[in-house]
Amino acid sequence: MKPKKIVVVGNGMVGYKFCEKLIAKDTGKSFELVVFGEEPRVAYDRVHLSEYFGQKTIEELTMAPLSWYAENNIRIHLSDPVMDIDRDTKTVRSHHGIVESYDYLVLATGSAPFVPPIPGVEKDGVFVYRTIEDLDMMKDHAKKSKRGAVIGGGLLGLEAAKALLDLGIRDTHVIEFAPKLMPRQIDDLGSRILEHKLNELGIQIHLQKNTQDIQGDERIESMLFADGSILEVDMLVISAGIKPRDEVAKMSGLAVGSRGGIVVNDKMETSDPSIFAIGECALVHHMIYGLVAPGYEMADVVVSNLLGGEKEFKPFDMSTKLKLIGVDVASYGDPFITSPNCKTIVYEDTQKGIYKRMNISLDGKELLGGILIGEAEQYNMLLQTVKNKTILPPNPEDLMLGSRGGSEEAGAGVMSLPDDALICSCEAVTKGNICHEVTANGISTLDGIKKCTKAGTGCGGCVPMVKDLINGTLKEQGVYVRNIVCEHFDYTRQELFDLVKINGHKTYNEVLDSLGKGDGCEVCKPAVASILASLWNEMILKKGQDTIQDSNDRYLANIQKGGTYSVVPRIPGGEITPEKLIAIGTVAQKYNLYTKITGGQRIDMFGAHVGDLPDIWEELIEAGFESGHAYGKSLRTVKSCVGSTWCRFGLHDSVSFAIEIEERYRGLRSPHKLKGGVSGCIRECAEAQSKDFGIIATEKGWNLYICGNGGSKPQHAILLASDISSEDCIRYLDRFLMFYIKTAEPLTRTATWLNKLDGGIAYLKSVIVSDSLSIGSLLEKEMQFMVDTYACEWKEVVNNPELRKRFTHFVNVPQQKDPTIQFEGMREQKRAMEWVK
Amino acid sequence: MGEVKRCLQSKNQAFNFYIDMSNRTTEKPITWHLACQVEDIPSDGGACALIEGEQIAIYNFSRRKEWYATQNLCPHRQQMALSRGMIGSAGEEPKVACPFHKKTFSLKSGECLSGDEFHIRTYPVKIEGDKVFVGM
Ligand SMILES: Cc1cc2nc3c(=O)[nH]c(=O)nc-3n(C[C@H](O)[C@H](O)[C@H](O)COP(=O)(O)OP(=O)(O)OC[C@H]3O[C@@H](n4cnc5c(N)ncnc54)[C@H](O)[C@@H]3O)c2cc1C
Ligand code: FES
Repeated sequence: MKPKKIVVVGNGMVGYKFCEKLIAKDTGKSFELVVFGEEPRVAYDRVHLSEYFGQKTIEELTMAPLSWYAENNIRIHLSDPVMDIDRDTKTVRSHHGIVESYDYLVLATGSAPFVPPIPGVEKDGVFVYRTIEDLDMMKDHAKKSKRGAVIGGGLLGLEAAKALLDLGIRDTHVIEFAPKLMPRQIDDLGSRILEHKLNELGIQIHLQKNTQDIQGDERIESMLFADGSILEVDMLVISAGIKPRDEVAKMSGLAVGSRGGIVVNDKMETSDPSIFAIGECALVHHMIYGLVAPGYEMADVVVSNLLGGEKEFKPFDMSTKLKLIGVDVASYGDPFITSPNCKTIVYEDTQKGIYKRMNISLDGKELLGGILIGEAEQYNMLLQTVKNKTILPPNPEDLMLGSRGGSEEAGAGVMSLPDDALICSCEAVTKGNICHEVTANGISTLDGIKKCTKAGTGCGGCVPMVKDLINGTLKEQGVYVRNIVCEHFDYTRQELFDLVKINGHKTYNEVLDSLGKGDGCEVCKPAVASILASLWNEMILKKGQDTIQDSNDRYLANIQKGGTYSVVPRIPGGEITPEKLIAIGTVAQKYNLYTKITGGQRIDMFGAHVGDLPDIWEELIEAGFESGHAYGKSLRTVKSCVGSTWCRFGLHDSVSFAIEIEERYRGLRSPHKLKGGVSGCIRECAEAQSKDFGIIATEKGWNLYICGNGGSKPQHAILLASDISSEDCIRYLDRFLMFYIKTAEPLTRTATWLNKLDGGIAYLKSVIVSDSLSIGSLLEKEMQFMVDTYACEWKEVVNNPELRKRFTHFVNVPQQKDPTIQFEGMREQKRAMEWVK
Repeated sequence: MGEVKRCLQSKNQAFNFYIDMSNRTTEKPITWHLACQVEDIPSDGGACALIEGEQIAIYNFSRRKEWYATQNLCPHRQQMALSRGMIGSAGEEPKVACPFHKKTFSLKSGECLSGDEFHIRTYPVKIEGDKVFVGM
């Protein structure tokens, strides 16, 4: 039988997904596919569009490469929108004049940003945020801009504002017409907390502002508001909502809604039964679904029905989680329902900027919906609880607050979900599907599950849950879940550490020959290198050991954009003499380095050629400096406040103590970097509670805190012991650090290590303070060995001609520097040339 | 200005690549260039040599008693860095990981092994005495 021909109009996310699903299910090849796309490239992941400004390339965002279409016999016309549908002859005509007949037509034309009719929207510097081309234009314009604004404080508007920040526009404003942010997702209180959080990020919020005019000659210069105020800007992104692309449908006489959208029934059929509409252009149940997951479901409905199945599109959950912005925001179920229709539990912490709300049925049995701001780790679990109508426990607030530092097992919650709980709504994968792959097919990795079920490949929001499910299922099967290092070593890091120690291995090749297989890789080499360094403390660049180090360790400096390195001498406790400051200045001047004060109270010099590193260090060492190990997974800095020697509040001499501790643990290699802090009083100017270990002076001695973290996942350090002496403090630190080094997985900071540690802080306290395992003195002894064998790595390189020789770019022309390295000027210094994206 | 130049450079690179492929199909004889001494390349690691104006990364995979050479430029963010990457194996395939974002490439085929559509050029290597030659 001759295959029937489907023409798909629009090659966006949903149009693509339709093709993918049809190809996968139409095993009998009863259809042929022709696609028209208006954009110049094949479908890409619009949901993660903002990542185009970060690490992702177009290739990485592409849903499937052009070759995929060819392999599956899909004829695709790009840069060629369909202009006209002739329903009588069942043909479409494209912009380039191609006429194509169809048996079925699928409209997946998506939507366009809605641009309100404000005078001046056509000016240079005004953008919308939807396609790669929009982003390219923004990128260009941002180079010449200092202050930017976004019209629209909804989900997309806030994402666009973050994008402006990422483009280097430090002064970014969000203009919202409504009296609150994200009016469709969160309530007033939530909006206030969110505003505050955004302010901290550098985004200014203006509510209840109605833009009347966009002023400037050719280029935007300012915005005039209805209240008479003016905001000067040189760049504006409009994100005021979406408008379904129904123009072609409308011209051909198909029914469209009064406010746009192609009208379809539960089977996604338009008023012409041979024409379907799916994705953001479709008006179903009187609404437009502006999210990707319902769009994928619509594609599935059409594919199923074309292949003879019976499937209807059911009202879809609209829970959302804002990504990327640096503040977690999520709403699920019905976030707005209020009493007397429900009971509401609210948790608010204005200091940390956390707001959580849960709406509970009057009988207290069911979760109806809620909001999470500032911390949304529980989002997936809460969403599942709503969707599955799970009966709530007696203290339902635990669900939203998370287990507070207790020893409860992470991930136990997901295992209690029913089998048909939808885990990945983008790809419609249930808990049952995932567990089945683990139990029946032995799939035990995230990548494996992604491949066979596609779970986690859409918006990515369910990935943590999928991981928990894999581990939970394995545990239920009695499989002891071990995180092995990589394909070359069937051991966890802790096992490997003990084995290397017992066998006394000193080199990577010995370890690989006796404990591993294959030829190693970029995962196990640095992991073993770190273990060897933590055990024997030998010079890490010893012959044969240099090439197992991560690139930064191999050159004892941090590689930066363009391939130059940065140089950071140690400045213990942040204390430095004027003479040493001058020495740094002299070196930086001589080698033309960009200088910046770091967050750890020292000075970073950027832009050094690899061949200059030994000379630079020779001069620094001459001036009395030593390596700062900024390149290593090792102790970075111990930050201090000025303390009792100068400060009128200071209780003890925090600087001297910080120096003592930094010098004790300098060069100590560990699973990840380590940072410390010492504050002279409770005012905590050294921010010690955000460090891996933090020490705060009390009237009677010191309080010792451990396992804090700054960075992208801030976590406050937890009190280990209070009012202790300096000696006890150092003893506990020795034990704590050594215990961490011996038991943590590779690249795990102390905070994450503690979160995963069975027994949590209570257990850790018993090991370190009460010495419940009787390993206290052993740990101290091991640490003392590290302290006694410390030597500055750079000093060894500077004095060793063999090692010095390795610091060249071209082995055959050692004097020549890499000619591709280029710098640009910026504020009287230089910066690395932006890399090609 | 500089940025435009680098873009052009990377486009040329792609262009060269295609020329290369066609060369290979017509079996154009390769010319061997003296790159460096054996001892210049660290064992189980790489280093970069400048040959005919091109940056070539040369790897001494001593565990396998094999030598490889590739372009030094990482196609991901156009960084001259592959020679400073760690080498190893994925299954049987010898590979190098770029120090910047750990994209990995087969040392044999030049194919990107971390799931991207990148490709790097590879070159034959021969050792004569203590000298390393690269065929281009
Ligand atoms: C910055 C941003 C962030 C987002 N974040 C999220 C998120 O976190 N979660 C979420 O669920 N959703 C998010 N979305 C929304 C999501 O991207 C859309 O729901 C999804 O892309 C809709 O897919 P679609 O195929 O219907 O439309 P589109 O992806 O817009 O594709 C439609 C395509 O059809 C083309 N077209 C239009 N008319 C014609 C014609 N006549 N002929 C040929 N081609 C035509 C268009 O050019 C376009 O390429 C986000 C969107 C943006 C812009
Ligand atoms: S530059 Fe090589 S992986 Fe990014």
